[in-house]
Amino acid sequence: MSAINLPLVLALLAAAGLMVWRRANTFTWLLFTWLSLWAFFKFGLTVPIPQSVVTIYVGIMTLAVVSYASSSRERLSETVQPIVRLIVEPRFRLLLAALLIGLPALAAYNVYADMSAPLEAPGFGREIHPAPPPEITVHDETVNMTTADNPYLHLHEDDPAAWEEHLESGRRVYYENCFWCHGDGMGGDGMFAHGLNPVPSNFNDVGTLPALQSSFVHWRIAKGGPGLPDGGTPWDSAMPAWEKFLTTEEMWDVNLFIYEFNDFEPRALGQH
Amino acid sequence: MSRNKILFGIGVLAFIAVIVTVRLGGFLVDNEYRQPERQVAVEEAAGEAEATPRQQGIADEQAADEAEARARPYVEAEYRTVPFVGSRVTVWVLAQLHLLFAAFVLAVPIFAFIIEFIGYVTGEKRYDRLAYEFTKLLSVSFSMTATFGAFLTFALIILYPKFTNYLMHIFSPTFLPYVLLFFLEALFLYSYYYGWGKFGPKMHLFLGFMLNVVGTAIMFIANAWLTFMMSPGKREDVDGDGVPDFVSAVSESGALLSLRDAFFNFTWMPINIHRIIANVAFGGSIAAAYAAFRYLQAKNDEDKAHFDWMGYVGNFVAIIAFLPLPFAGYYLAAEIYAYSQTLGIQMMGSTFSWLFVIQAALIGNLFLGANYYLWLGMGRIEGTVHFQKFIKWLLIAIAICFAVWATPRYAISSVSEIAAMGGSSHPQLSYLGQMSAKNTAVNILILSTYMSFLLYRRTGRTSIHPHRQLLTRAQAIVFSTAAMLVIFFGVYGYQVDAATRIRFAIPQVYSVLAAMVVITVIDLPLYRNARQAAQTHWGKMPAISQYALIFIALSFTWLMGLMGYVRSGLRGEWHVYGVVLDTSPDAYTPTLGFATQVVSVTVLIFFGLIGVVFWLSSLGGKKAYEPQAAADADGQLEGA
Repeated sequence: MSAINLPLVLALLAAAGLMVWRRANTFTWLLFTWLSLWAFFKFGLTVPIPQSVVTIYVGIMTLAVVSYASSSRERLSETVQPIVRLIVEPRFRLLLAALLIGLPALAAYNVYADMSAPLEAPGFGREIHPAPPPEITVHDETVNMTTADNPYLHLHEDDPAAWEEHLESGRRVYYENCFWCHGDGMGGDGMFAHGLNPVPSNFNDVGTLPALQSSFVHWRIAKGGPGLPDGGTPWDSAMPAWEKFLTTEEMWDVNLFIYEFNDFEPRALGQH
Repeated sequence: MSRNKILFGIGVLAFIAVIVTVRLGGFLVDNEYRQPERQVAVEEAAGEAEATPRQQGIADEQAADEAEARARPYVEAEYRTVPFVGSRVTVWVLAQLHLLFAAFVLAVPIFAFIIEFIGYVTGEKRYDRLAYEFTKLLSVSFSMTATFGAFLTFALIILYPKFTNYLMHIFSPTFLPYVLLFFLEALFLYSYYYGWGKFGPKMHLFLGFMLNVVGTAIMFIANAWLTFMMSPGKREDVDGDGVPDFVSAVSESGALLSLRDAFFNFTWMPINIHRIIANVAFGGSIAAAYAAFRYLQAKNDEDKAHFDWMGYVGNFVAIIAFLPLPFAGYYLAAEIYAYSQTLGIQMMGSTFSWLFVIQAALIGNLFLGANYYLWLGMGRIEGTVHFQKFIKWLLIAIAICFAVWATPRYAISSVSEIAAMGGSSHPQLSYLGQMSAKNTAVNILILSTYMSFLLYRRTGRTSIHPHRQLLTRAQAIVFSTAAMLVIFFGVYGYQVDAATRIRFAIPQVYSVLAAMVVITVIDLPLYRNARQAAQTHWGKMPAISQYALIFIALSFTWLMGLMGYVRSGLRGEWHVYGVVLDTSPDAYTPTLGFATQVVSVTVLIFFGLIGVVFWLSSLGGKKAYEPQAAADADGQLEGA
């Protein structure tokens, strides 16, 4: 499926071509640029852009258009002239009247559309990577979140056979417990994922596992949703606190496995 | 507004103030409890008559209160509170105001000294006048800095006595050098300012140089105090296994182990670098805003020309310092992350990450504002049509980079939007939220701004260099190569692992810096003795350009306040991270909305105060008071 709304993009390109052919003036170009970019941000992608981002983009675009229009005296005059002509020349009276009615009507419709939006649960700014506490206690053992590392990581170099064993154990743990939500391929699309909001973490994402130390992942596995910090409430995470079901070794094993499966390495201690 | 009108207004205000004071005093006296007159008379008549039950009750209560006060043991207060605003907001606003004035006072001597030095080398008097104009702002600002510094210190002692005492335990050996340096700062600052034209040029330059040295040393000491609160120790590979270990400067109970480690702590140097650069950018923008303020007030062409030029130079200083600032900020953030994963995640992935979207919007606005001012500046010069056509393309590049820079990795979304996206991130736009895209955007922004400077520099000039075509092509090739390298590393960053991707930031930065250096090196001989094809009309700028300068200063100030809050707020519930816990009622992270409101109010207060500084600084240029002129003005007032 194409990511772009092709008919819209083609229509906008055709309109731009028409304007080049008709040698449109500065004002028309600026108006067209603003409207076409707004249309693209609003409807141009098949997966709609969230309104908060559209607002940012439209704000930037508006600033850019206004900056360009006023960046020299000549350009400002070119931009303003058609508006002055529209107001003072009698031949544009009909258009002026239409605008005087149309613009407030558009604003009114906008208010109506905003107010008649379907009811839904409010969205909230979910913290994607909640900040971990300085240390946690798992199975009576204190884990310093800054200095702790996966105790089996070094086996990759020191004892490849033992490394394979831990990896195999991690694989077993993952496909017995985790894949229901996080998916066969760890894309956060397991068979239960559709029923969860927020959706489970996608471990294929380059911005997730590689950005985190293995101690962070250990914390998330061990403490799950119930162990999330107060600073990030309200939490809807359905992640269980796996320390109640798995041994410490099994949790480090699965930690090892999810990195290895995705060909990622944990953020190293002190790494920028 | 005439002097008489001001005096009349002050008179009315003083009269109202007296009335209010008298009324308030009367109200307080009237509401004080007094015994009824008749009762007092009866008591006096009866001599030692027995007290009524009510009097007895009051006397007993007073005696009980006194006995309780005497019996109460002395307990050292940990915290005290401020009604309505709270202790934290009080200290927050005072610290921010102190820092804003301090940043200005430290920055202005840096570029005033450089401009004076240019004047000395070139022999051009206008540079000397400009440097003096900048220095005029220092005197009042220095007093403001000291006043807010004292205010902040008192606020800390009163409101956070235990914590302040702890900082004294750690840093008391640094306080005396700090005070001595402060004396020296005052000495050099006032001798530099009042000695303008009174000393020989070399001696005066020496005073300016020493002023900068002392000012920087003061900042470095103060930086140790605040960075210790965030990183009370250092990272060092103690056991030689290649993995950095944490070496704390204090024991588990908080007792000092090493003043050296506490002082030269992990984030000390990154903050020093970041602050020096940011101070210059901020100081330049405030000085440019002052010039804009004077330009808008100027009544003759000579003043307009002078303040137009001053605004241009101030803005130039601000933008030149601003260009490397994202890299210094990146270095600081990377060091914070390296010091503590928790602090790093708190900053970039958790609570405070949303503030970086605002930061992106402000930085984008700064770049746009700076370029806009330069484009408007081309209007000073005749015959700019040739370069005007490039503005469109520069603007497109800036707008795209601004949009990429401001794209959040995870957008604020409604439930239906999340369902449509299949997660918290948009399938296509999430790529723009990653470090590769951000680094690429900021590097292209810097290159575009540099190009605007280059175009402005060339406007109205024609090179007479024999190899001008070849050299111009060489510049174009260097510029395109740098842009392509930046984009290449940006795109390729998506194909490699995180560690490699992060390292790609370095060749991107070097490409841009190298391109700027090479192009400048080519440009200097290329346009040396260039034919001036058109006249530059200083003082012929539209008013909107001056508001652009004020907007840039406002954005810088807001940005400093916001990022200062992020750095300080990261510690969460800790006074000193991991060592001294904040147990006051304010030991929680405020909502982002509240934090931005506090920052906004602080910025407004600062601009109110800097307005006073501008006004006081401009008094020197006004005509001396003449009794006859005042009498004429009085006559006009009476006539009106």
